[in-house]
Amino acid sequence: MTSTVTERTGSAAAPGAGSRRLTERVFRIRESGIIVVFLVFVGVTTAIHPEFLNQQNIQFLLVNTVVYALLALGETMVVISRNVDLSIGSVLGLSAYVSAGLFGPHPGIPIPVVFLVGLGIGLACGMANGLMVALGRVPSLVVTLATLYIIRGIDILIVGGNEVTAQTLPNSFASIPRAGLLGVPYLAIAVAVVVGIGAYYLRSFRSGRELYAIGSNPEAARLAGIPTGRRIFTAFTVSGGIAGVAGVLWAAQYQTIDSTAGTGYELTVISAVVVGGVAIFGGSGSAVGAAVGALLLSSITSALNVLGISQLWLEAISGFLLLVAITLDRVISLRLQAALRRRSAGVGT
Amino acid sequence: MERDLTARLSATARASLRWETGLLLLVVAILIFGASTSSQFLTSGNFFNTGVTSGEIAIMALPMTLIIISGEIDLSVASILGMSSALLGYLWARHWPMLAIFVMVALLGLVAGLVNGLLVTRVGLPSLAVTIGTLALYRGVALILLGPNTISNFPASYTNIGVLPLPGTQIPYNVAIFVVLAVIFGIVLHFTATGRSIYAMGASPEAALFAGIRVKRVKTMLYMTSGLVCALAGVLWTFRLATAVQNNGLGLELDVVAIVLLGGVSIFGGKGTLAGVVLAVIAFAALQNALLLTNFNQEATGIVIGALLLVSVFAPNAAALWRTGLPRWARGRPRRTAPTT
Repeated sequence: MTSTVTERTGSAAAPGAGSRRLTERVFRIRESGIIVVFLVFVGVTTAIHPEFLNQQNIQFLLVNTVVYALLALGETMVVISRNVDLSIGSVLGLSAYVSAGLFGPHPGIPIPVVFLVGLGIGLACGMANGLMVALGRVPSLVVTLATLYIIRGIDILIVGGNEVTAQTLPNSFASIPRAGLLGVPYLAIAVAVVVGIGAYYLRSFRSGRELYAIGSNPEAARLAGIPTGRRIFTAFTVSGGIAGVAGVLWAAQYQTIDSTAGTGYELTVISAVVVGGVAIFGGSGSAVGAAVGALLLSSITSALNVLGISQLWLEAISGFLLLVAITLDRVISLRLQAALRRRSAGVGT
Repeated sequence: MERDLTARLSATARASLRWETGLLLLVVAILIFGASTSSQFLTSGNFFNTGVTSGEIAIMALPMTLIIISGEIDLSVASILGMSSALLGYLWARHWPMLAIFVMVALLGLVAGLVNGLLVTRVGLPSLAVTIGTLALYRGVALILLGPNTISNFPASYTNIGVLPLPGTQIPYNVAIFVVLAVIFGIVLHFTATGRSIYAMGASPEAALFAGIRVKRVKTMLYMTSGLVCALAGVLWTFRLATAVQNNGLGLELDVVAIVLLGGVSIFGGKGTLAGVVLAVIAFAALQNALLLTNFNQEATGIVIGALLLVSVFAPNAAALWRTGLPRWARGRPRRTAPTT
């Protein structure tokens, strides 16, 4: 009698432990799968063309990734909470023109002030989005689609056919993306640190975890006492602020800014975030994954260059990659569900 | 029970009527604004120009309406337009007969829609993510087909649709096609069982499934219809501008979605009418044209369109917000509430 009981508990524990291992493996895959893909991609490209990993190319790659990786961090916070921010491209454009445009009338303006102006513009736009989504209780897709138009329209009215040209920008500003230590741009290091802080916040802070809870089940999160409105407001504000700063960096990098700066970035960034393993309907994913997603997308650009494949293939490849990424994610989560169901069935008997 | 149902139905009818009445007033206001600011506004030549520049967006808004009512979204519409335009140019440059090209373009549109539909319904992926992916993929195919080339040696008998109206009228070809399609889509959506099933699956996919509606099949058909209609829009766009180039129609997907939402269709599915979307199309076109004639920076008309979009989503919520009051965190000082036991 006793032996059968122990046997039954034993047999119930075994599949439980097995699927827990599977769960752990899958959660590791969510973050490390994309890193593996990235490493394999870099490895294969380097094997075919060793010059892919020369210093100049790496530097080029990192500088190109910086803006996307930053934007991906903000977008990750928003997407994890089961929302979406489509306005980041427009915020970037407005911030880039207004902040870099300060150098024309005020040539001696300190660079930190320019960054603060960009940050302020971004925060204001993000707060407007956040207020409307959290307070107005309207879907973020519609709100940020509207602000995408409105902010771009304001940008166009301000620009009015002019453009900021490279001559008006001081050397110290224009050289920000190029300055570096041993070939690694300071900017890339700074962005890596920021992404690291963001990832740590989302993983380990209570308010960060609450974003995941809101994304998994908004209603349950609200009933559990999470201030969902305030968290979503914060996520949009951060996303806007990041887009504002990214706009200043964009200006430093491209140096010619008209009213089209950053057009269409929103979809590229969402691609990077989703490729990086963040579920489009919220609740799972990491900031590091999203940053690697951005890195992967821009290293594909770079690899096409090195391999002599026409840039024309880039768009199709990145679209295809996004489809593969979300399909894989779906297959993995179905497997996980099946495993969990088996476990609960095992416990139930 | 039955009376309850009819009462509720008439309530919905009244609510949607209010929405369409509001849109109608908006259209009238825009027409008055346009007529009062420019003597050009109410001329037949201007009517032709307004129609011809908005025709393709209007056409693409029709299948988008059905897709959003069914609870999904299709962001790849403008890329399908671009890809169809590129294939048209690619094959024309290789001296294919025009009829064969039309068949190929139509097939391409159907396949593009089928890919969207299968990924959404059979693989079970969120349509927002799928169609962001195919937005890039289909635009990428257009890039691969044409590269930096521009193909513009189409015969004048085709490219005339951009400058000449239907014989004997002032109606541009693409507007005529829009009207015919709008009637067809309106009948399908509002007067057939398929149309009712689209509302049902948008309101509750599970309930629709248990009611015996073939949700996956209908949604796949909707995406294929959207692909075909966008391919048609691609052909019209190409001939109207007499150029096939890879970035034809770039970014139009957001205009199309904005129009459909402005037309009173709920982004969550299950609600909306085709009449509302047609009114929104008219408002969109008239507004852009009126702003153009008043020398407002035409690129910046997005401000007005975005503001209208915000109003359209806030209007239904404002009443609810008024009833329930602001959420606690937005009222400033937190208020202590007595425990309820």
